Amino acid sequence: MVVVTPTAPAVGSRRRHDRESGGLRRGSAVGLGLSLIWLSLIVLIPLAAVAVKSSDNGWSGFWTTLSSPEVAAALRLTIGEALVVTVVNVVMGTLIAWVLVRDDFPGKTIFELVIDVPFALPTIVAGLVLLSMYGPQSPVGLHLANTRVGIFVALLFVTVPFVVRSVEPVLIELDRDAEEAAASLGAGRLTVFRRIVLPNLLPAIAAGAALSFARAVSEYGSLVLLSGNLPFKTQVASVKILSLIESDNPGGAAAVATVLLVVAIVTLIAIDLLQRWAARRA
Amino acid sequence: MNFRRSALLPIGLAVSLLVAACGSSSSNSSSSGASIKPTGAPSTISAVLFSTPQAAYDATEAQWKKTAVGGNVTFQSSYGASGDQSRAVDAGKKADYVGFSLETDMTRLVKDGKVAASWNTGPTKGIVSRSVVVLVVRKGNPKHITGWADLIKPGVQVVTPDPGSSGSARWNILAAWAYATQNGGTDADGKAYLTKLFKNTVALPDSGRDATTAFTGGTGDVLISYENEAIFARQNNAPIDYLIPDITIQIDNPGAVTVGSTPKAKDFLNFVISKAGQTEFMKKGFRPVIPGVSAKVTGANDPSKPFPKPKTLITIADLGGWSSAASKFFAQKAKDGTDGIVTTIENSTGKGSS
Amino acid sequence: MVRAEPPVTSRPTARQLRLVRRGGQGPGRLVMRYLVVAYVGVLVLVPVLLVGWHTFEHGLSPVWHALTDPDVEHAFEITGIASAISVVLNLVFGVGVSLLLVRSRFFGRRLLSLLIDLPLSVSPVVAGLALILVYGSNGWFGTTLEGWGFQVIYALPGIVLATMFVSLPLVVREVVPVLEEVGIEQEQAATTLGATGRQTFLRITLPSIKWAVAYGVVLALARALGEFGAVKVVTAGGVAGSTQTVTSLVEQRYGNFDQLTAYAASFVLAAIAVLCLVVITIIRPKERR
Repeated sequence: MVVVTPTAPAVGSRRRHDRESGGLRRGSAVGLGLSLIWLSLIVLIPLAAVAVKSSDNGWSGFWTTLSSPEVAAALRLTIGEALVVTVVNVVMGTLIAWVLVRDDFPGKTIFELVIDVPFALPTIVAGLVLLSMYGPQSPVGLHLANTRVGIFVALLFVTVPFVVRSVEPVLIELDRDAEEAAASLGAGRLTVFRRIVLPNLLPAIAAGAALSFARAVSEYGSLVLLSGNLPFKTQVASVKILSLIESDNPGGAAAVATVLLVVAIVTLIAIDLLQRWAARRA
Repeated sequence: MNFRRSALLPIGLAVSLLVAACGSSSSNSSSSGASIKPTGAPSTISAVLFSTPQAAYDATEAQWKKTAVGGNVTFQSSYGASGDQSRAVDAGKKADYVGFSLETDMTRLVKDGKVAASWNTGPTKGIVSRSVVVLVVRKGNPKHITGWADLIKPGVQVVTPDPGSSGSARWNILAAWAYATQNGGTDADGKAYLTKLFKNTVALPDSGRDATTAFTGGTGDVLISYENEAIFARQNNAPIDYLIPDITIQIDNPGAVTVGSTPKAKDFLNFVISKAGQTEFMKKGFRPVIPGVSAKVTGANDPSKPFPKPKTLITIADLGGWSSAASKFFAQKAKDGTDGIVTTIENSTGKGSS
Repeated sequence: MVRAEPPVTSRPTARQLRLVRRGGQGPGRLVMRYLVVAYVGVLVLVPVLLVGWHTFEHGLSPVWHALTDPDVEHAFEITGIASAISVVLNLVFGVGVSLLLVRSRFFGRRLLSLLIDLPLSVSPVVAGLALILVYGSNGWFGTTLEGWGFQVIYALPGIVLATMFVSLPLVVREVVPVLEEVGIEQEQAATTLGATGRQTFLRITLPSIKWAVAYGVVLALARALGEFGAVKVVTAGGVAGSTQTVTSLVEQRYGNFDQLTAYAASFVLAAIAVLCLVVITIIRPKERR
């Protein structure tokens, strides 16, 4: 997460710092301009086009698309599954981070690598991976293709690293003194965790949860093969958007896309606020 | 220590260069094992095609490359839902040869000047491949599907592609309509049947091929599809059976070259509708568009008599031609504000796209 | 950090300290360890290994045959080229923007930082749709670009844009924290000693962030090579032998009952992803220093 915190100037360089912090130097202004152009051309203008396109058919068209039974069902399914997956990730992610930081065992490095695999793996390959494990030819007899449980497992797969990687650095930095003091006073391990460790981890857990939620809501590639795209049953929002694009209905696709965009922006703002809260507590 | 650290830095970028290097070492040569000397300079044909005939086109291209005319040609082919592909070419996708599932996807390009208006004046009237609509079931037909009537029974799960993007879907619907309105049935009978059919539809994949994949992947009890698609799936050992319903529609797929295409594209088109080309298509389950073609068709119900005549075979002409059928059934927010019959039904059963 | 300040009645024993440091007593710790390893093992490791097994089920030579298909090789070539271009561009702009964000003050700095992170939360299909709406033939810029003969959608520039979109934040995210930590004293010292801006940048700033940059580049590369949804929308699945990336090829071949090629190409992509992760694992301790 890009956290831009004000850097405290070193005492001896205050004068020079003042000169730089008064505004942009010419080089920086050019650099800022170029960066804004780059960001705009690649990200901002295209996303703005989505918002504009969704108003193609006016407000009534926008609401008609969103309230149509299929789209509403797809959005409900997407957000619902993402929430459940995020809850599981919060628990398991914190647990995994704890074991990674506080425990040591042979093969831990490989274990760390495996955790990051879902993040680096192309989503369509993740889809094949999941299909071979839970599809019609499943070796463990679990046939989850075309089911909501299948979607749940797929989303769980792709969001494994987020909470873990968010919590891990905070756990590493954590000052143990308070824990040791509490333990010396006879507090049980669970109490120590609940009263002392957890409050410090909460911002990181929440930030990781927000990232995991955002990823789960927007996931596409891993669901394409496994979910079966059954309207009202296993059709998620991103698949519905593609379906609308291919049915020559870009306005409808943009409407659903705008909803997902709003979710993404809200999530990012939440993460930003959480990190500000965390910085204040530190 | 220093060596190891500095060596690590470029590894990440080197990976991509490695990948590119592996790719560029590939030989994009035209023919392998050609016994005839190819004529003309090497050229490329960009083919934009609908989803199901890929195997047939691959085989036909391979045969054509063995000839003098086709020897030096490389193909760059794209396959997808017929409607999508047509719209893509309209929007600028590069194409020398186009093949779609139905005529309206071709006339869209004629209207925008991308295909000449004379595309359907050739010996086969622009048609390059032919099939019929069939009902595909699981091996052994556990649900005892015998015809269109069984598709609207409660508890039967139907898979058919999305009419918005797929040509196959539109043929399917017209065949179903023909069934429902035969023997003096009215439009109301047709609408009633289609409504019940959509209620039983559990998936509307984007293209004919996607629908086949969904069905073989475990979705649904019966798939409505092309005969050639069923045969192709069986050639790939999919555990399915298929049956030709008593009344079905003849599927005619148009093919043409685009305006400004490389001249070899026209040669290829002529090859496709020649005996040699149609033999390859027949082997992959298509009904030939010219007489006198014969081949053994593995995967068909009877490989030596692969294309039985359906009891009642209608053509698009019986339904008034594609332009009138397209607006009657599939129009989305037509100029006068009405939707086509299917669009209305999709919206009412909640299976629509908008 | 909340510090408990209780009256100290007795110092913690060595044993108690050891327990807290190691996270607790024997059985509980082992239970957690096994639970976590089993969770990750079953959820991630087993399915990935299964794909490897499926790929080589029938031996090495069918896989090699599948991978040397001209269309497959071309897909790797296109993917590699597009990814390389997008990573280099994002690297240049990423470092530039990071410097700007950390070393300058300007109105809207926090907003810019937030906007840069946007691609991480956006669905790839939405990204593809967004690019089509702007650069497609009926798009905001598309009509003009086509007039100049420059096709973006359904062509390589579109693939580059799509991969740039999704990997845009990755370099910035890694470099900004390091830049902040490093501080400006060294740069100021160099300027005092008469170094030009360029010299300061090349000799002082860049080396101080080189591991963060490397980390970001490898992440961006892995992301670009593996992008599927956005590229699929922008190329409509791609033209085999021309604009089809490896990820689109995997989906197409799977749908054509050609599972072997789909698995073979997936295996290569997965191997590259794991390689990137190994590189990252080696770089990470250096980057965190």
